[in-house]
Amino acid sequence: MQFSENWLRSLVNTDLDSHALSHALTMAGLEVEDSQPVAASFNKVVVAKILSVEKHPDADRLQVCMVDVGLVKPLQIVCGASNARACLIAPCAMVGAELPGISIKQAKVRGVESFGMMCSSKELGISAEAAGLLELESDAIVGQNIREHLDLDDNLLTLKLTPNRSDCLSLTGIARDVAAITGASTSFEVISPVAAEMQATKNVLVNEQAACPRYCGRLIRGVNARAATPLWMVKRLERSGLRSISAIVDVTNYVLLALGQPMHAFDAAKLNGDINVRFAKAQESLVLLNDAIVQLKTDDLVISDANGVLALAGIMGGKPSSVDDTTTDIFLESAFFAPFAIAGKARRLGLSTDSSYRFERGVDFGNTRNALEYATALIKQICGGKAGEVTEVVGVLPTRNPVKLRMARLISVLGIPFAQDKVAQLLTQLGFAFIASDGVFTVTPPSYRFDIAIEEDLIEEVARLHGYDHIPATPPVAALSMLDAPETKCHLNKLRDSLVAKGYQEVVNYSFVDESWERDLLGNATPIKLQNPIASNLSVMRTSLWGGLLDTLTYNLNRKQDRAFLFEIGATYFKEADAFTEITRISGLAYGSAMPEQWGTDSADIDFFAVKAHVDALIGAPAVYEKAEHVTLHPGQTARILLNGVAIGWLGKLHPKWQQHYNLTKSAYLFELDANAILNRELPRYQEVSKLLPIRRDLAVVMDENIAVNLVLSVIKNANIPLIAEVGLFDLYQGQGVAENKKSLALSVLMHDTQKSLTDNDADTAISNLLQLLTNKFGAILRN
Amino acid sequence: MSDLTHLIPAAQADFANAANMNDLEVAKAKYLGKTGLLTDALKGLGKLSNEERPAAGAAINVVKQGVEAALTARREALLNAEQAKQLAQESIDVTLPARAQSQGGLHPVTLTLQRIEQLFHSIGFEVATGPEIETDFYNFTALNIPEDHPARAMHDTFYIDEANVLRTHTSPVQIRYMENALKTNKTPPLKIIAPGRVYRVDSDATHSPMFHQVEGLWVDEDISFANLKGVVQDFLQKFFERDDLTVRFRPSFFPFTEPSAEMDMSWNGGWLEIGGCGMVHPEVFKHVNLDSEKYRGFAFGLGVERLTMLRYGVNDLRHFFNNDLRFLSQFK
Repeated sequence: MQFSENWLRSLVNTDLDSHALSHALTMAGLEVEDSQPVAASFNKVVVAKILSVEKHPDADRLQVCMVDVGLVKPLQIVCGASNARACLIAPCAMVGAELPGISIKQAKVRGVESFGMMCSSKELGISAEAAGLLELESDAIVGQNIREHLDLDDNLLTLKLTPNRSDCLSLTGIARDVAAITGASTSFEVISPVAAEMQATKNVLVNEQAACPRYCGRLIRGVNARAATPLWMVKRLERSGLRSISAIVDVTNYVLLALGQPMHAFDAAKLNGDINVRFAKAQESLVLLNDAIVQLKTDDLVISDANGVLALAGIMGGKPSSVDDTTTDIFLESAFFAPFAIAGKARRLGLSTDSSYRFERGVDFGNTRNALEYATALIKQICGGKAGEVTEVVGVLPTRNPVKLRMARLISVLGIPFAQDKVAQLLTQLGFAFIASDGVFTVTPPSYRFDIAIEEDLIEEVARLHGYDHIPATPPVAALSMLDAPETKCHLNKLRDSLVAKGYQEVVNYSFVDESWERDLLGNATPIKLQNPIASNLSVMRTSLWGGLLDTLTYNLNRKQDRAFLFEIGATYFKEADAFTEITRISGLAYGSAMPEQWGTDSADIDFFAVKAHVDALIGAPAVYEKAEHVTLHPGQTARILLNGVAIGWLGKLHPKWQQHYNLTKSAYLFELDANAILNRELPRYQEVSKLLPIRRDLAVVMDENIAVNLVLSVIKNANIPLIAEVGLFDLYQGQGVAENKKSLALSVLMHDTQKSLTDNDADTAISNLLQLLTNKFGAILRN
Repeated sequence: MSDLTHLIPAAQADFANAANMNDLEVAKAKYLGKTGLLTDALKGLGKLSNEERPAAGAAINVVKQGVEAALTARREALLNAEQAKQLAQESIDVTLPARAQSQGGLHPVTLTLQRIEQLFHSIGFEVATGPEIETDFYNFTALNIPEDHPARAMHDTFYIDEANVLRTHTSPVQIRYMENALKTNKTPPLKIIAPGRVYRVDSDATHSPMFHQVEGLWVDEDISFANLKGVVQDFLQKFFERDDLTVRFRPSFFPFTEPSAEMDMSWNGGWLEIGGCGMVHPEVFKHVNLDSEKYRGFAFGLGVERLTMLRYGVNDLRHFFNNDLRFLSQFK
């Protein structure tokens, strides 16, 4: 909310300067978001009247003016403005004046003496642009300081109000809070009822008393709708960011700003029959003041007459019944619409008006009639006319239940000592009615506060006025106990460290992605969609982190990087039978040379098995890799990863068609694991260390090339051949010396016994058992 | 028998002329070989009388020792020279760049999150998590933000459908954690932080549609607003490693806390907004069946990107999600 500081100061007598006032407001929860002077700083500019104008002898565009500045003699001033003319009253900067960027000196302009400068609003820093001299009212006092004349020693303050403080959506409300914060006194205008000068009234029926607990209206006849709005009012409206429209509309806006009560003026000649406050009927529509046509729903509260809907209650008036400059009779409305009846309705229609903004937050229901009287008085003063009787319909107004504030609770919640007298003083400053007894205040909140319902609300008010700044930072005193530290559960950070140690850089990508990534790259036709994505390429929730990693890769390749090892940990999102689930994934991408380019090391590209080592290290337990297919990956270089028999992820080379799609010159390797599936670790269990030396034998066997090595090794392991402790593959060979479609596996076999030293015979027996096993299971033969 | 002492300087000269071990062996043979001069002399002792023999033998031995000493000296000198030559050949340019390994790194937001977790862990906070696709109930209603409440307009919410949103803050984790705690009969004190991704429909130079928050919650029988300030100030001082940092609270409004405050931090002579906080609203306790007469709690929410930017001097929020390796690799 923006307003003139001087207007505020006319309502509350504070001696704080502008800066201190802003600070006080901010620290009391009414954050001053912006404070701007209404004009630049300048001096020696006065109201002046041009007496005569003559063409400059040597310049086509210049004129020589004789100007009355209130001195004994008029001044001769050369002026280039096209609107300079005799009898014009405009600002004049005198010799010696300091304006933004200019010092005014006595000067010769093309040979003609000039004793000052006539000014535009731009030159005074009032506006960014100006067409010519700033034209002042014909009754302005010549010679008066322009700052005084235009009230330029003022600031525009903008408050960023929280939704609970609807009571501060008016100058009166802000002044009231300034008084509460600073203890200053207020000087509000006394509003007296305007006596009825005629009998005419309008009947008002309120069908929806809960939605409209109070409705006040009155007729005013014989108004001059063309009357000019007084300058002081225009200025206050403008400094609040409102344009002057017409006297009647200006008055309703002025009352809204001054008291926070939204008003509406109907053209009485365009009304037919009684006024009715009801919910809209199905199929009803209305042309709004802004020319928009709205289809009403049956929970839209409306003002209607015999002809139909006139206005959207508390939101915006209708065009057909609106006042214009031919209007002579008006029906003025001041009502209290309950927040529940207005909340969300304007937003549903894509509207936010000053009126709806206030009603949905809460308007002072104790001031409805007063506001009508104030508006009536202003309209009569400006537009003339005769006022009729006020019609007031009152239903059940909101209750203000007494709220208890216990001193003990206040002190323990805030954590600072407080005296009861101090609390009483602060509540008094707030203007809250209360009864104090035995350390308990029973407080009845005023009708303008919609945010005082429980004890904590009062505690906040007391704290706010006491000053949050005066609450010390106190470390808590609490019972100590240690946190659980499960050793068999590793932290995600450990997974991060594992990949960082292997050279991977962590990235963070958006959780919403391009729908085509899901559909095409991942083969997911039904990703979770956002109803209101920020951009069409960020419209669905990801089910894999690969899209983001590939995107990051291309982003960096386009910036002259030639290798990238990337990983991300983040959620992926699924919907099954109306339930959403999220799986945290850890995913990586490796692209380019295995090692950074350097001297003395060849620059071989990363390959499947190097990345597999990274994945193994990440999993930290023996995982099984089985040949499988995945839409994103190369069909011959894809592994499904299983841990304890459960599929936990994928590893593979990016499918060549995607490599081409992303314009990648090299192969990219991708992996993705369910992060939570790899956090479990075995607690180490001590095993007897043999004091006897092991024996190693090497064994080369030939078998069919289609037999998976992993299967061979696991069969050996599960066979538990006596004495054989460990079998490893140390060479794989195909080619000369090995039959076609066969491969040779070179195995290292480690044997030991914890009880006795092994003899060659023992070892021979074990190797022979192993060979027998391989022959039986895989048709393996010993390689010569 | 002739005097043989002249053989010592002769041998020394011959040994000195030997350029390598082979030459030295040849030179050695001339004196000490089977037919060497000294060997012959020793053989000649047999021809001497018993009286002459001891003195002559002793004289030869003195010469022999002299020659052997010369030989040993030369041998060592040659060995040293050879070793020196080999060491010289083996010398490398130690200033060459190291054998480079791939150097990975963590995202700066992760560095900040780890720091936050570490600091709060040190006073007994556990880490709690919750879903990012959150129900309207947990994201709003349970936090005392009913439908059509103007506070909902403060959150520019991404909607999945009528009942589900992308969480706009980490506050729903408070509710989920407290509900769970009570289901498992865990009673206060409850101390958690809840870090994670949050989402708002907002994208410009200073707003990202996705960013990170850390929610903090401490529920206990005797926890106060002053304690909230104490904990937040302690955290910021430790996080930025600056004892002179102070925290300023300004009254604010969040439907799920009362009293509520904006947290400002002193920074370079001014104040910077770093998050919101307050005492847990009794309505929130009611939603999770905690007795608000018996228990009180504080909650706060910190913007992780903001802290990261201040900590490392990053001047543009957009860097965090562009994932330019030239940016990311600065945070080793």
